[in-house]
Amino acid sequence: MTATAPPEAPPEVDLGGEARSRRTDKGFTGLVALAGLTVLIVLGLILVTTSVQAWPAIALDPIEFLTGTRWSPSDEVFGTFGFLYGTLVTSVIAMIVAVPVSIGIALFITEVAHRRARRYIVTVVDLLATVPSVVFGLVGSIVLIPWVTPIYQWWSGVVAPVPGLNAIFDETNTGRNYFTAGLILAVMCIPIITSISREVFATVPDIDKQGAYALGATRWEMIKGAILPHSFGGLVGASMLGLGRAMGETIAVALVIGGAIGVNTNMFAPGNTMAAVIAQQWGESGGLHTDALIGIGVLLFAITVLINFLARVVVRRAEIQMKGAHS
Amino acid sequence: MKLNRRTVFGTITAGALALSMAACGGSDDEAGDGEMVSGEITGSGASFPDAFYAAAIEAYAEVNPDLVVTYSADGSSAGKEAFGQNLNDFAGTDSLVGEGDGPEDGSFQYIPTVAAPITVAYNLPGVEGIQIDQETLAGIFQGDITAWNDPALVATNEGLTLPDTPITIAHRSDGSGTTKNFSTFLDEATDTWTLGASDEIEWPEGSIGGEKNTGVATVITQTEGAIGYVDLADAVETQLVTAAIENAEGAFIQPSLEASTAALEGAEVAEDLSYNPLDAAGAESYPIVAPTYLLIRTEYEDENVAAGVKEFVNYLLTDGQDIAEENNFAPLPEELRTQALDALNETIA
Repeated sequence: MTATAPPEAPPEVDLGGEARSRRTDKGFTGLVALAGLTVLIVLGLILVTTSVQAWPAIALDPIEFLTGTRWSPSDEVFGTFGFLYGTLVTSVIAMIVAVPVSIGIALFITEVAHRRARRYIVTVVDLLATVPSVVFGLVGSIVLIPWVTPIYQWWSGVVAPVPGLNAIFDETNTGRNYFTAGLILAVMCIPIITSISREVFATVPDIDKQGAYALGATRWEMIKGAILPHSFGGLVGASMLGLGRAMGETIAVALVIGGAIGVNTNMFAPGNTMAAVIAQQWGESGGLHTDALIGIGVLLFAITVLINFLARVVVRRAEIQMKGAHS
Repeated sequence: MKLNRRTVFGTITAGALALSMAACGGSDDEAGDGEMVSGEITGSGASFPDAFYAAAIEAYAEVNPDLVVTYSADGSSAGKEAFGQNLNDFAGTDSLVGEGDGPEDGSFQYIPTVAAPITVAYNLPGVEGIQIDQETLAGIFQGDITAWNDPALVATNEGLTLPDTPITIAHRSDGSGTTKNFSTFLDEATDTWTLGASDEIEWPEGSIGGEKNTGVATVITQTEGAIGYVDLADAVETQLVTAAIENAEGAFIQPSLEASTAALEGAEVAEDLSYNPLDAAGAESYPIVAPTYLLIRTEYEDENVAAGVKEFVNYLLTDGQDIAEENNFAPLPEELRTQALDALNETIA
């Protein structure tokens, strides 16, 4: 820093008088409130119109619609539980794989990687997010499936004597199943979860980290003691965004899940998900069948909202706990 | 962009023509006689004949570049619904119009365009030319017959050594007219088929779904012991091994375009030009052939559009038939083709 000239008086800005500024203020408030409301209105309209459309199929037998596992449009039987099950199971597999990996990548980028390497890793992970989902589906269908099928078969052989596990990983003749769909979804979620986790980790005050080091903590102890507790809420939020993507993903799942109807505890068996079945059957549907497919959409929408709501509760609890622990 | 002078000129003359026709009552039926129609017509519907329509539209653009034809393969149901709401000028459909599909009775005319065999393809290394009778085929696809060396299969394949590989059913995971035609065949031709005839079938557990024809073809190539139904174009393209299927007269026939046209000859055509070529008569007929139709309106609001539809459909039924074969679709037999042309000329005067 060189010597500076004496500070000049700040230039006067004409704000247009108090009355006018108050008016602009009000106008601005109204405008942004409207913007905020638009989202609510759009969401509400989607919910109302789709529910009305879907009603004839749901009203046929609401309990069957929610809990039935038989889906036979020609007999007008619309049980959607098999698809709900498929959506939940594939999303859970995706989360089990994607969350640890993403947090690992994020920690590596923020804490371990060399400053220059960091930039490239971030770019590469972000690039993964730009790959269209149909490409993931095609790669899964053509490349991944023939490759993983023997692995599945080997694994089901290994766990065959273990009760419980052998029901989850039973014999299979195909790679088109819940598990493959979950793996593909995991890869698709990783960039989202990673990039948000990275930003969450960046908000951890340096003073906390330095403090941990000062107390003689190793790098892992510092991460465990300073970074992770501080970031818990944010990480849950990141995972939920990933989960939202996993639950709504359509075409990549449709290409690899095998399109079977019903509930199967075997993760190596073909199944179907809510989003995928809508895409698969929409074009050739008609009448009640169309209404039932819209009904699946409403259900998926409701479940996504519910899960987001639960996530918010988890985050708030965590934050309260954190504050309690720190103050 | 260069402005195509001919297009502009064509549009103006056509407009003038339409005006003058409207002025004098408009009952000329000269459209298509030498004078080319210009303008735009759109169709939507069945995806099964899309490859043929796309190729035909491309070829037609060279014959008459002034009439722009678009066809979007949204599915038969979507096409029929759009037709009912007056959103397209013609619709493609693999199935007949039912109640609640959209189009009202009397507002449309079926025009058969082409047909295509549905092949039964399988993956059994070293075993080619397997023969399957109708009841056995039903047994396989509803999960009663589970191994390739089942006595029912051995009985019709004396020269072949069949392995004990388990059978895996490959089916369409998307709602599809192909599934409908295949299950209708099993439903009509056999006594034992219990899964009904529909776009979506409740397949036995352990069956694998593939997305569209290509998806099923991929499942078959990737799974040893798999058997599935695929349209001829995809079976040829992916070099699948196909089975010879028993026809109505007890002969085992390999899927081919000739055998499909033979089946169309053997099929009975109804007065509204709908026909059912499944399990048709004739010693040479392949038993699983899927028909496809265009729906054209009996009344068009715009005469220019009517003339355009007439000219394009006329092309499909004449020169377009040669394009069908190049794309693995079976052309109509002469008699049905003439009937279709007559119906076209009657519907759009």
